[in-house]
Amino acid sequence: MSGSRRSRWWLIALAVVALALPQFAEPIVVHTAIEILIMALFAMSFNLLFDGAGLLTFGHGCYYGVGAYTAALLMTEIGMPMFPAMFAAMVMGGLVALVFGYFCVRLTGVYFSILTLAFAQLMFSVFQQSYTLTGGDLGILDIQPPAFLMAVNNYYYFTLVVVGVSFWLLWRILHSPFGRTLHASRDSVVRTQFIGINVRRYRLAAFVIAGVFASLAGALFAPFNRAVAPFLVSWVKSSDPVLMTLLGGAATFWGPVVGAAVFTTLHEVAIGYTTYWLLLMGGILLVGVLFLPGGILGFLEDRFHGAAAARGTKMTEARGASSNASAD
Amino acid sequence: MTAADVLGQFLSGLARAGVLFLIAAGLSFIFGVVKIVNFAHGALYMVGAFLTYSFRVTLGVPFWASIVLAAVCVAVIGIGMEVFLFRRVYGRPVADQLLLTFAMVLIIHDVVRLAYGSNLRSVPRPPLLAGAVFLGDVIFPSYYIFIVLTGTAVLLGFWAFLHKTRLGKTIRAAVGNREMVACLGKPLPWLFTAAFAAGVFVDGLAGAIGAPLGGIRLGMDFDIIILAFATVIVGGFGSLPGTALAAFIIGEAYAFGIWLMPAIALSLPFIIMAAVLIVRPWGLLGRSGGGEL
Repeated sequence: MSGSRRSRWWLIALAVVALALPQFAEPIVVHTAIEILIMALFAMSFNLLFDGAGLLTFGHGCYYGVGAYTAALLMTEIGMPMFPAMFAAMVMGGLVALVFGYFCVRLTGVYFSILTLAFAQLMFSVFQQSYTLTGGDLGILDIQPPAFLMAVNNYYYFTLVVVGVSFWLLWRILHSPFGRTLHASRDSVVRTQFIGINVRRYRLAAFVIAGVFASLAGALFAPFNRAVAPFLVSWVKSSDPVLMTLLGGAATFWGPVVGAAVFTTLHEVAIGYTTYWLLLMGGILLVGVLFLPGGILGFLEDRFHGAAAARGTKMTEARGASSNASAD
Repeated sequence: MTAADVLGQFLSGLARAGVLFLIAAGLSFIFGVVKIVNFAHGALYMVGAFLTYSFRVTLGVPFWASIVLAAVCVAVIGIGMEVFLFRRVYGRPVADQLLLTFAMVLIIHDVVRLAYGSNLRSVPRPPLLAGAVFLGDVIFPSYYIFIVLTGTAVLLGFWAFLHKTRLGKTIRAAVGNREMVACLGKPLPWLFTAAFAAGVFVDGLAGAIGAPLGGIRLGMDFDIIILAFATVIVGGFGSLPGTALAAFIIGEAYAFGIWLMPAIALSLPFIIMAAVLIVRPWGLLGRSGGGEL
């Protein structure tokens, strides 16, 4: 109980800092903060599948890329305004996730992971090769957000609201009967099936929801970056949410956010010194998997929760002792 | 389109299938015995190709010695990975194993970039195999024939190793029942290491003999790992003949696809894979139920 109260204070403090950030931070920091928010949403959509349903997808970049490309194409080709374009991107991401997911959720474990990867790679070759539609490996340039979002601070607040609402929705989804059922199917497929639940259908629904939120993240990124390229659909992009989530702690709701913040900041700092980013990331992942299986937040929670629990028992003991004394 | 064209394309597909088979066979074998999905398999294949370049072109070692040396080096790297890293996560959730091998993909990718840069490299074919065999109008490059023969030899060699040698039989027993084999006093961890080394050796060999086929470049690691997974899945995890059949189908599909419908050639393996997964999730020659891990 004290844990949830503490996390509520943390959340309020974090929200205040997030709201006040553009008032005291330099534009480059605000710029990085936007990226962190987008990546956090991307990673959290991944974790809906990973921790929520026990499905490790290696092709989540596919939906991020579809979202970014859909928004970019609609805005540049037919001049659609940004908001309907973002909405269309989510619909598109959901549709692609529905088609690919239909095949993927028929498999489990490693097979699932590999098939998601294969579909993402298929999408990557489509985006890279079709010069007429997606500009091939050049991508699409000159994506302009509407005038009132041109200033970096305004785009920051816009992203904060969209991502904040998405977090709230994801929280509600994970804690709804639907989310609980997903958790159950993760822990035991057989038992969940025994109580009459069609696990495959639940997994497909989770896959589509994750795809919708990932493509929303992509659709936020395209006008922010002003350009999209096939890189957004590549396996490197698909590995980002995996690394962020694991780094932050997959078993906690806010883990992907912490991971996204650490990962993005690290990236911003590291590219100033080295181009061997994958080596650094691989090393961190290696150490993380071997020595820090719960991620940063999992580690912290263990420490503090452990301490709080210990304090808790002491207090109960003390209360027990005093009630005994009064009984005497 | 003449019969000669078709035959020529067929042979080129067969050569591709030979390389693909070697990689996929190693991947499938390691999975079958050690129960670990080695994402770093493609990275090690790339290391095999680059090491062949180093031995052959930079150091001037004869071709045949180069490919053997490269494959042995890759096997040594693989043994190091298995002993120092992968052993720690046997028995941990599948996700941890995937992530650890995935970390190796990232690390190996950048280490190769550090050592060789991002330029395209190539290894010349050995003089003995630089020519071609003419059969009427049809031209068979000798090197393709060499690859097909190597692939066949490895298939037979693997089979003989597993069915005729003591170590191979013990490994097969360990696949069937680990506890029993451990109870009989066999050193299970070292059996796993041996199996891992064998799979990775073949993988490095694939990189080595594949090197003179086309360019050696950064990024081939990821292209090939996905093709290798597709091959293993189409054939059925753990089935060596299945892997051979799948490598043949995918190699030929690519060869004819790039010729007849270049726009979708790169996507063909995934289309085949999706089709197989829908009809037979456990692969063409795999056992039913293999899809449940």
